Amino acid sequence: MSREDYEIVMGLEVHAELSTKTKIFCSCPTEFGGEPNTHCCPICMAMPGTLPVLNEKVVEYAIKAGIATNCEIAKNSKNDRKNYFYPDLPKAYQISQYDMPLCERGYVEIETEEGKKKIRLTRIHIEEDAGKLNHDEYGRGSLVDLNRAGVPLIEIVSEPDLRSSKEVESYLRKLKSILEYIEVSDCKMQEGSLRADVNVSVRKKGATEYGTRTEMKNMNSFRSIVRAIEYEADRQIDVIENGGKIEQETLRWDDVSGRTFPMRDKEDAQDYRYFPDPDLLAIKMSDEYVEEIRRNLPELPESRKKRYIEEIGLPEYDANLLTASKYLSNLFEGASAICNNPKAVSNWIMTDITKELNERELEPDQIPFTAEQLGNLVVLIDKGTISSSIAKKVLVELFENPKDPMKIVEEKGWIQISDEGAIKEVVLKVLENNQQSVADYKAGKDKALGFLVGQAMKETKGKANPGMLNKMFLEELNK
Amino acid sequence: MELYELTAHELMDKLNNKETTITDITKSYIDRINDKEKDVEAFVTLTTEQALEKAKSVQEKVEKGEVNSKYAGIPIGIKDNICTKGVKTTCASRMLENFVAPYDATVMNKINDENMIMLGKLNMDEFAMGASTEYSYFKKTKNPWDLNRVPGGSSGGSAAAVAANMVPWALGSDTGGSIRQPSSFCGVVGLKPTYGLVSRYGLVAFASSLDQIGPITKDVTDSALLLNLITGHDEKDTTSLDIEKKDYTKALVNDVKGLKIGLPKEYFGDGINPEVKQAILDVAKKYEEMGATVEECSMEVTDYALATYYIIACAEASSNLGRFDGIRYGYRTKEYKNLKDIYINSRSEGFGEEVKRRIMLGTYVLSSGYYDAYYKKAQKVRTVVKNEFDRLFSKYDLLLTPTSPTVSFNIGTRSNNPLEMYLADICTVSVNIGGLPGMSVPCAVDSQGMPIGFQLIGNHFGEETMLRAAYTYEQNTNFKANKPTFKK
Repeated sequence: MSREDYEIVMGLEVHAELSTKTKIFCSCPTEFGGEPNTHCCPICMAMPGTLPVLNEKVVEYAIKAGIATNCEIAKNSKNDRKNYFYPDLPKAYQISQYDMPLCERGYVEIETEEGKKKIRLTRIHIEEDAGKLNHDEYGRGSLVDLNRAGVPLIEIVSEPDLRSSKEVESYLRKLKSILEYIEVSDCKMQEGSLRADVNVSVRKKGATEYGTRTEMKNMNSFRSIVRAIEYEADRQIDVIENGGKIEQETLRWDDVSGRTFPMRDKEDAQDYRYFPDPDLLAIKMSDEYVEEIRRNLPELPESRKKRYIEEIGLPEYDANLLTASKYLSNLFEGASAICNNPKAVSNWIMTDITKELNERELEPDQIPFTAEQLGNLVVLIDKGTISSSIAKKVLVELFENPKDPMKIVEEKGWIQISDEGAIKEVVLKVLENNQQSVADYKAGKDKALGFLVGQAMKETKGKANPGMLNKMFLEELNK
Repeated sequence: MELYELTAHELMDKLNNKETTITDITKSYIDRINDKEKDVEAFVTLTTEQALEKAKSVQEKVEKGEVNSKYAGIPIGIKDNICTKGVKTTCASRMLENFVAPYDATVMNKINDENMIMLGKLNMDEFAMGASTEYSYFKKTKNPWDLNRVPGGSSGGSAAAVAANMVPWALGSDTGGSIRQPSSFCGVVGLKPTYGLVSRYGLVAFASSLDQIGPITKDVTDSALLLNLITGHDEKDTTSLDIEKKDYTKALVNDVKGLKIGLPKEYFGDGINPEVKQAILDVAKKYEEMGATVEECSMEVTDYALATYYIIACAEASSNLGRFDGIRYGYRTKEYKNLKDIYINSRSEGFGEEVKRRIMLGTYVLSSGYYDAYYKKAQKVRTVVKNEFDRLFSKYDLLLTPTSPTVSFNIGTRSNNPLEMYLADICTVSVNIGGLPGMSVPCAVDSQGMPIGFQLIGNHFGEETMLRAAYTYEQNTNFKANKPTFKK
């Protein structure tokens, strides 16, 4: 049997840090970074006698996420304690939700090669993040940094509905985009504010039972998730093909070696001893409260997409790509508002900006320049201040050293030459130096015109207005 | 009469009438502590030096008119599981032997805001787990009535210090009887408020759904006064109730006419000492004489209360005490090669036997496969207990029971028999399970001269009825004629 005879089955547990100003159970800031242990207080350090107080914003944000992913919102919910020992978990229990999550039974729709597909969500619940261990960074063994302890998270659990690494990637991208749109999480994967546990199993095509699954913890880049799934599926198929059995275990993906490794000993199989947290009251949500949140939910990608197609006249493919990320969509809308030329902006995003992002291995949220700067770039082209070939160079500059495009153009001396006298001077000089091409053109070789224009561009370092150049060459050649 | 013999409200009167000064009062207590502490051993940490300095400064402020509170300058003792900024909070455990909290408990903020004078931190069973204060890591507190006997527990240091006149009053905490039972053993008044009436912020948690801080005082008036001070909603404790603050001294009315008191027969069964039983029946009779109606009633679920209590309390404790892991504060073992060693050795060495026993019990009842049979079932019984109380309180204003089935026992006689020790809580735990207020009031001494207390149980927020009944009893009897004898 070969790989083609197997089906990969995956489900994801996605953790997203919520972008509330303060932590889930105390008033410490949630800001990323900061000197170790400067964003903490007796409560999030679990000093004896301290008590948690639930940040209501966290509930609101989680409900937003639930509504945006078509979940049912619970009327009654509660917080539970998940007990285990680890130095980054100061209370020795994580306050999470066990059997009564805030949101249940939702779905997210993704595009696949076979069309749209609904990925079902089992639940979304709230919980607190743990701190961070610095291993040997300070030269004295492992040190605990509790800045992140108590930062609010939502955990979004999907059903095992995913069948390929591609589907996993589209699902994650879709989820990320939704969370960004509704402004509950900034989803910065590089800062760990969006991370996923990936459950992978394989089975023979046509089988009705799921295979034994393994879980890869804390994955935080699309690229490694795809690689890890491919590796792990192959590994499992190998094991089965060689007559072995898959062990249910937790794995760690190592990006450097491109392999997975078991994370815990089996003797450490955890019994979390969940029970309701007696320090916190039950959470009750009225219909009015949920409706209020539903009414105030920001515009979702689907609705923006519709607007782009119907009102701006963008092709569906473009509208899809633009709305896939809130950052791109906001960039598009912001820049369009400045230059009043949405089609041009869309083109820039679809082609050159996407190309730069790919080459630089950046996500849209890492785009260093502003919508205003992109809008002004399009204005410069539309006004004829620069040519589109110069504009491409300006864009590269915007990635390297973002500032107002006009400033870049001025500093680099890239302003387009549109002065008739200056252009004529160049045209005459080029004709003078390229008699052979002139002869070719006159002999009917139209291609020669292109060569001459190219020479003129070279002469002006690309700054000559190409339309005027063309026009003037034709005038001179046809004299 | 020495100043230290007075109640807090008597001290307030004397200060108000300028018959004494705050410094004189504080000095009087410090002298008394110097005299009796070596016999009673009620304190884990003494703060007498700071107290004297504070007394001087508060006295000055009062003289300048900057401070105008009747509580100003009144000394107090604090159970050592209530966090005090800058002063050690040990929970009588090796685990927290040198722990100094960086913050004050909410009740301490209230006490400090009124310029009261803390004389020290009082001994207790380790992490409030016990009924005799013998499970303290540091010392065994003696009962001031008989130094061979225990003061009860877990707030044994608080009750003994009040009984020995080393403090005019003290704060204790009550999870299953830890204020009421030692108050009964030491012949003082102890009140456990309705769950949620007093903020738990800064009380080192034993069992979060049961713990309450409350006053231990020499009389009922002081109980109302100290309760007035510590109650009130606290934003830092979501289980503290946002209700209108009451003046409990208004409940101090010498009249019980028309009050209906239930006498649940299950509290007068086989395990109860006959002298204690007789004393409580005498109290019932007295209430009838004073104009209340007393009627026998039944609360069958009482038999399950103790088991339910130990399951819930231990389950919560096993989780609450997880934070003592040797990582950030508290005791850390010297013997470790890896993380697991730090956890196992720090906790094995830092906790005493009883605490470890309860952590193991609690861990067991929450374990997968046992959760439904124990923890979940206990929660169901808890609901039944609450319903039973609701039923009784639809008929009665108060319930009257013994506080403890026996008087104080000799040191060492029960500490090696956990089950027998647990039975000391049998009359008090239901109150915590129901979240109700309960109060122990001294009423008699037995043939050995040891005090006996009766327990009044009130409906939710029934503190006023409870205080009124206790006050009326106190005004019409003369328990105060009996004094601790420091019998050796």
